[in-house]
Amino acid sequence: MDIKKQDIKEVIKINKIWEFLFYFIGLISTFIGLALLCVLFIDLFLDGYPRLTYKFFTSFPSRFPKEAGILSAWVGSILVMIVTAISAIPVGVLAGIYLEEYAKKNWFTNFIEINISNLAGVPSIIYGLLALGLFVQTLKFGESILTGGLTLGLLILPMIIMATRESIRAIPDSIREASYALGATKWQTVKHHILPYSSGGILTGIIIGLSRAIGETAPIITVGALTFIAFLPTSPFTDTFPFISFKWLFDPFTVMPIQMFNWVSRPQKEFHINAASAGIVLLIMTLAMNALAIYIRYKFRKRIKW
Amino acid sequence: MQNRKIVKFREKILEITFFLCAFVSVFTTFAIIFILFFESYDFFKQVPLKEFFLGTQWTPLFAEPKFGILPLVLGTLITTIIALLVALPVGLITAIYLSEYAPHKFRETVKPVLELLAAVPTVVYGYFALLFLTPILQKIIPDLSTFNALSPGIIMGIMIVPYVSSVSEDALKAVPMQIREGSYAMGATKFQTAFKVLIPSAFSGIAAAFIIGISRAIGETMVVAIAAGMMPNFTFNPLEPVQTITSYIVQVSLGDVPHGTLEYRTIFAAGIVLFFMTLFFNIIGYFLRSKIREKY
Repeated sequence: MDIKKQDIKEVIKINKIWEFLFYFIGLISTFIGLALLCVLFIDLFLDGYPRLTYKFFTSFPSRFPKEAGILSAWVGSILVMIVTAISAIPVGVLAGIYLEEYAKKNWFTNFIEINISNLAGVPSIIYGLLALGLFVQTLKFGESILTGGLTLGLLILPMIIMATRESIRAIPDSIREASYALGATKWQTVKHHILPYSSGGILTGIIIGLSRAIGETAPIITVGALTFIAFLPTSPFTDTFPFISFKWLFDPFTVMPIQMFNWVSRPQKEFHINAASAGIVLLIMTLAMNALAIYIRYKFRKRIKW
Repeated sequence: MQNRKIVKFREKILEITFFLCAFVSVFTTFAIIFILFFESYDFFKQVPLKEFFLGTQWTPLFAEPKFGILPLVLGTLITTIIALLVALPVGLITAIYLSEYAPHKFRETVKPVLELLAAVPTVVYGYFALLFLTPILQKIIPDLSTFNALSPGIIMGIMIVPYVSSVSEDALKAVPMQIREGSYAMGATKFQTAFKVLIPSAFSGIAAAFIIGISRAIGETMVVAIAAGMMPNFTFNPLEPVQTITSYIVQVSLGDVPHGTLEYRTIFAAGIVLFFMTLFFNIIGYFLRSKIREKY
């Protein structure tokens, strides 16, 4: 073998260049997405800021772009989210508890697990088709807030289940054993130890799930939410006994992303400005929810030390 | 004694309730399959399978309807491939950078921010693709039509970067430290270790990340519905407008197609194709992913 010192130096030099080059490529590719996010935000803001007035939030959609607003859209979004939260949170958290604490290791549990991970990957529009066939056609809920909320509930269920399981799994077995050793039953252990200790992670998962649901458009279009709604759903509060009404559940509705989609897909430039304004509101809502989730995760991780 | 019985009874009831909650997921899967087949049954009675899978024209809303799904499948594939050409390299390099190069503190700050990319509503991305990226691309490629497959494909690619990078990073993290140390001891640089040692050893996990990315891109709806146009085009040219399976379903749902008609049933037939395409990739992804944990 006849390797000269010069050659080795050459090889080392090339390696060092590659090393340096890749460091930068890595940095660039990490920041490319963030850069896009910034550009997106700036672009939306420049386009939509002038229309973002008080009147924009208190007006109904209109044929005239300058008079159009998002009142029915944001009210609809909030009502749909209420239905989604009420339907998905208890079911998701309890399912997560079952799979981590109760389920025996057998083929059926395995089957449920594969199922959940597959459901998390099913395109959202398929949930829309399911809802169209199941809630609208079979159960006759109509194209209503109830249908929309339940659809999004099913959509975020796998996310809540997975978040619940992950944070329960982080609790060491010694906690469970200590509880059982004192004579606690399974449910007492779950109620007094497992749930409180995992609540941070579960809460994070729930908030991220809801933020996904609030921006979801496709399944809501499929169940037939209308794009032009110039009235509000029935008020949940009434003057007469029992002072509360659930009629709003069956009212037609529209939500923020659908309103934005409707404006984007029009050819007139003025409507695109409205779309940008609606986009800013939507983006701020989802990013705020995600920031909250990150904050909670950070806070709980700091506090709990096993 | 009596008390104990009550406690036992309560425990049993609670366990059954919890089980039913977990069972909702199984119910959902079966409901999806049942509804898709049930609603498209009459469609397949009228349209022969051969025409559906091999026909190159998709014009269900015309006076003389043609029901060949291939243009929609092709549209889906083109946008998916463009998205993957962006997402795979960027996602993998990001994962390598974060797990091998970046300091701990930097990684912990960047990761949640990167995840925000997946949190932005897709309709906002659609707006961005149509009204920001397409005009810019048109300056570079004058032939580009207002609606095209290229621009939504690129945006979709950036959108799925967090999915690809986080699963790839998990896979790289699962490679034991000794393997890295062995490589460094032989005089390899970080770059050589990453590409010649770590990627091959984490291969199944990285493959899982890619497959999850594919499944995401196939099912993505709003970006393509807004920016790719609504033309079922049997073309391989990414500069032309295309229609994907998902955007077809959106188009029909927006219009006034009466329930129970053949046109109405087409969205369920298209839905079946979409569901099984993603199911196929999801299941492969699941098994590849569970392999990450087994290997070491």
